[in-house]
Formats: sequence, structure tokens, C-alpha cells
Amino acid sequence: MTFTRRETLALGLGAAALAAMPGASFASTEEAIAAFTGGAEVGEGGIELTTPEIAENGNTVPVEVSAPGATSIMLLATGNPNPDVGTFNFGPLAGSRSASTRIRLAQSQDVIAIARMEDGSFTRTSAPVKVTIGGCGG
Amino acid sequence: MMSRRDFLQMSMAAASLYGASGFGSWARLAAQDRFDQDKLLEFDTFGNVTLMHITDIHGQLKPLYFREPAINIGVGENHGKVPHITGEDFRMRYGIGGGTPLDYALTYDDFVALAGAYGKVGGLDRVATVLNAIRADRPDALLLDGGDTWHGSLTCLRTAGQDMVNVMNALKPDAMTFHWEFTLGTDRVTELVEGLPFAALGQNIFDAEWDEPAELFKPYEFFERGGVKIAVIGQAFPYMPIANPGWMFPEYSFGIRDAHMQEMVDEVRAQGAELVVCLSHNGFDVDKKMAGIVTGIDVILSGHTHDALPEPVQVGQTHIIASGSNGKFVSRVDLDVRDGRMMGLRHKLIPIFSDLIAPDPEITALIDAQRAPFIDDLTHVVGKTDALLYRRGNFNGSWDDLICEALLEERDAEISLSPGVRWGPSLLPGQDITREDIYAVTAMTYPNAYRTEMTGEFLKIVLEDVGDNLFNPDPYLQQGGDMVRVGGMGFKIDIDEPQGNRISNMTLLSTGEKIDPDRSYVVAGWASVNEGTEGPPIWDVVEAHIGKLGTVSQGAPTPVEFVLPDGN
Repeated sequence: MTFTRRETLALGLGAAALAAMPGASFASTEEAIAAFTGGAEVGEGGIELTTPEIAENGNTVPVEVSAPGATSIMLLATGNPNPDVGTFNFGPLAGSRSASTRIRLAQSQDVIAIARMEDGSFTRTSAPVKVTIGGCGG
Repeated sequence: MMSRRDFLQMSMAAASLYGASGFGSWARLAAQDRFDQDKLLEFDTFGNVTLMHITDIHGQLKPLYFREPAINIGVGENHGKVPHITGEDFRMRYGIGGGTPLDYALTYDDFVALAGAYGKVGGLDRVATVLNAIRADRPDALLLDGGDTWHGSLTCLRTAGQDMVNVMNALKPDAMTFHWEFTLGTDRVTELVEGLPFAALGQNIFDAEWDEPAELFKPYEFFERGGVKIAVIGQAFPYMPIANPGWMFPEYSFGIRDAHMQEMVDEVRAQGAELVVCLSHNGFDVDKKMAGIVTGIDVILSGHTHDALPEPVQVGQTHIIASGSNGKFVSRVDLDVRDGRMMGLRHKLIPIFSDLIAPDPEITALIDAQRAPFIDDLTHVVGKTDALLYRRGNFNGSWDDLICEALLEERDAEISLSPGVRWGPSLLPGQDITREDIYAVTAMTYPNAYRTEMTGEFLKIVLEDVGDNLFNPDPYLQQGGDMVRVGGMGFKIDIDEPQGNRISNMTLLSTGEKIDPDRSYVVAGWASVNEGTEGPPIWDVVEAHIGKLGTVSQGAPTPVEFVLPDGN
């Protein structure tokens, strides 16, 4: 063994993360959405989610979301043990209804953003983010 | 309009112009096709702007042999599409005769025989002659370097890229973008970039902490050429911190960032750019996808995946040019730009036949000066090969088979792993193997040959992960490169399956037994992206192995059974 303990752990963690079954937290994602929308119908459009195609570091993935006219936006990481990332609230004087943050992703998964609009309607979008071991560039 | 065949002949004959004529079979073939130099010169210069593109030199200053791949599979929409065709399919697609110089330059068949007939390729002193000849036609031609320049040889490693910087500066590029350069580490990259007498570009090179464009690298540069305002936008390799050790350059973040690319295109157009060129290290399929998303780019000069194409590929209004690797080709792109837009394009992929193109003596002297301090190492003969040693191919390369064998033997392992990189020249049967040759396929700043234990389950995860980076049908999720090379273990890969289901039949070759997911195997490998990896540098491992063999003979490649995508 010539890997240091830390590297071995890093490899092991990556392996565990990648081996985890996608969709395992499906139920709690749905629950989180239901809690946010109160069961209302969720439309599409008018919300933009910017994520990297492949995460450079699964522990800190930059995510940006924007929905003009939103009063709040909820972010969900569907493949995380706890999919609830957080909710951004915008007051009536907020200049732009956009937010950016960094989130931790345990594995390749879809990130979902749902906005509550000023008229009480909901709209959603999602983006897949790949988390990889990497290591063999051309 | 020129027919395709004429067009290709032009490409070829252009090279012969620059060298002394009358060398062996080249002149004979040229005579058979009745090339007329006046006619060629008349055709040579077109429009009012000339771009010269060279990319993925990987530190190769001197002429070499380079065999193109036999297996280069395209997935998704790129099934059977350029550049994912090889051999006879490639010849048919471009109307190239078997056994011709272009066949030798662009395909793999009969490589040894054709290498004997046509000789070595590349050498930056030959490249200099070609660039000078183009500049004689069009003195203000732009030279654009697609990156992977400061990496890949003994001298480049020992001088931390200085040899390449010195020689490239003498060729006078106008702009450059980046990939492996970053494996020199942030401090050295900063030092070298700050000293460059030309533009260091990358619209997708961001400050990792603030997620905003990095100060050291401009997104684009304007040039005035032939009365045309040209914007060159840089696009560095998007997946550097994943494919290479991110801990060596933690200050930087990359990604494709096509929305930002669109912003940059709109910005330069608003500032009056009449021609927008993207100098890209995306890789070919990523460039194709990006060209379908970002509007307003006229020409993408494509690098990273080492494809050499005799014709541009058009996506919408964007023309993609692929110029090969290892100094083997220069692309010349002549453009007619009028009334604020591109009206026409003429392109030549010029193979650098080292025996036909006279070296530029000043550049030869400069190259030799870079090599002089290391000449004893460079020329040290370690052994000899009776086999053709090459690297390119999706699953196997005989160089990698040899490296994997060296890891098994020298590190006393059951299984070995070697990265699926696409750089590294070929050696012909009968050639000596020098220390320089070994470094040319191994030199890097994270060379440690580790020895560790991995379970069968983890090995499968590694193969699935790399397999998806190569064969995911979405080009934006591909990282370029080829499949990780494996020694001591065979496997089957079903390319159309999703990640997790591609790999099967993993078999330990020493016993013929199936790999047990729960058992631990002793695995040796190199080029780990993890910080603190320990072990001897891979070139010492390979040198020790070849030293014991004396002569490398043709070995059996690691068995990889692959199931092609439907319709391929």
C-alpha cells in the first residue's frame, strides 16, 4: 500500500458515492416539493438553473438560479441523502430574483429548482450534474 | 470550385513545395498526379485573412513517427461520423488512395511499410518552414496554438516547459489556449504566461473562489488583419481539475461555459468583430455540440482529441478545423471576409513530412540548444523493439501494453492500470528505444507508479467511470482521451449501455478466473490525480523493464471485447 490513508479514504468515498443507487431518496424529494408547493400544480418555464455539466469537486458545486418575478426559490439535490438544499426568499424590493450558492453532491444526480411566483403559481426546472472519479485526460 | 480530390491534392502538394523536391517516392507519386506548382501557388492564397493552426504538440520538438488509431468509436449522434472513422472508411470518405502519403499521414493501415517509404513526420523546425512559406504568401497570417504544448517530453519536464516556450516564441504565435500546461502548477503557469509575448486566452478559465473570469487569462483578443477586425476567443480544456490533478491548480475553475461563450461572441460582435474565431481545446465532439448551441462563431480551431481532418466540418454557420497532434500537421485556413462577414473559406491540412520539408536552420539550432544539456539522457539506449509501439486506439496500444506489463513485473502486481492518454509517438520495429522515447510516452508532473489494493467491485467502478467519460452519448459529458489501459485483466465493454452496465466479464488473466467483487487485488498504476501518491516515476519502471527484456517483442494485447453502438 503506497496510498496515504487520506487518499485511500478519498478513493473509498468516491466509490461509495458512485455505487449508491440513484433515486434512493425519491420519496423525500417528492415530500419536499409537496411541502413547498402545498400540492399545487407546478409549471415550467421562466426559471433558469445554471450548473456545471461535470462537477469539478462534488463537495462544492456552484449553482445559480434565476426566476424573474419569484418570491421564493427552493433548490433540491435529488441524489443526496437529504435532498433539501435550501430556499431563497425575495422581498418585494429585491432587484433581481436570482441567487447563487455552492452545494455538495454525493453522486451524479439531478438538481431541481422550484420557484413560487408573485401570483402564487409554481414553476420548476432541473439540470443533471455528473460527479466522476476522473483521472485520465487526453 | 475545386473538387474534393483537387482540394486534397492541394493540401498534399503544398507540403512538397517547401522542401527539396526529388526525395524518393514522394516525388514519384507527385509526378504521377502531375502537380503543377504554378497552379498550386495560384490557388494557394484566398480571400484576405489566413489562420495557421497547430495544436497538441505535446513537447515534441523533433521529427517522429505517429500512428493514427485503428479504433476510434463515436457514440450517440456521432456514430460513424467524422472523426470517428478509421482506415478504409477514412480513405473512402475523403477519396484517399491506399499507400499514398495522405494514407500514411491519416490512417493506420500498413503503417510500418508506409513509414519506411515516407519517413518521419513533424519537427518544429519543419513546422517553421511551412509557417514561413505561408507568411511569404500572407505576411500577416495569424498563428494560433491550441495548447498541450508545454508538456510531454524529457526536456519539457526537466525545464518545466521552458524548452517549448523558447521554441514556440521563435515561431511567433499570436495566441494560445491551454490544457496540460496547468499540470506545471499554478506558480509556474503564472510565471510562463506572464512572460508570453502573445495572448494567453481562455473564456472558460475562471477564478475558483469567486467564480468569475480569471485575471491572468483574457477571454479574447482582437487582431486587425487584411483590413478585417478579427476576434479570437480562447476555450481551454473544460475538465482539467477532473482529468488532471486539480490540487496542482486549485485557484482555477474551468467547464464548458457555453452561455459565457455566447456572451463573449456577442460582446466582440458588438465591438465590431467581422470574423470570430474560437481557439479551442474542447475536443472535437464537444466543439461540434457547442457550435450547435453558440451562434456567431465563424471558425473553431479544434484541439484535444488529436483528430486530423482533411476537410472542415460545418455545423450551422460554423466551420470546425481539426489539426492533429505531436507536430504532425499544420492547418492553413484562408478566409474571405467582406462587408463584416465571412464569405468563403479554403482550408489545407498540411502534413509535416520531415524528409520533404527543409528544416529552418535557426529553429533547428534553437531546438538543439534546448536539448544540449540533456543530450546524454535523451540518447541513452535502453533497449530495442522488434514490435511496432504505438499508443492511439480506444482500448489498446502496444506502448500501453508494454507499460502495463512493466507495472505488473516491476511492481509485483496482479493488475495494472495506465491512463488512456492520446499523446506519445510511435516506434518502428528495429528501432532502438532511448530514454527520450520512454519519456515521450510517460513524461508528466504526477508520474508516481503506485501499488495498492483494490476490490473487484472498486475496479469495476473505475472502469465504468472512465468508460462513461469516453462513451457517454452526450459530448458535454465526455472528457476526451481513451479507455484506461489494463494489464493482467481482460474485460468486455458494451458501449451503448449506461454507466454501471457497460463493463462485464472482468477476468484475471493469470488464472482465468472471473474477478471477485469482494476480493482485494494488488493493483499498480500511475498518473493518479490524488495528491500524495507515492511510488517510483513511471519512466524508471518502464526503463527497468525494457532493460531486462533487452529487445521488446510483439506481445499479446490485453483482451478487451467491445460491443459497438447500434448502427455503427
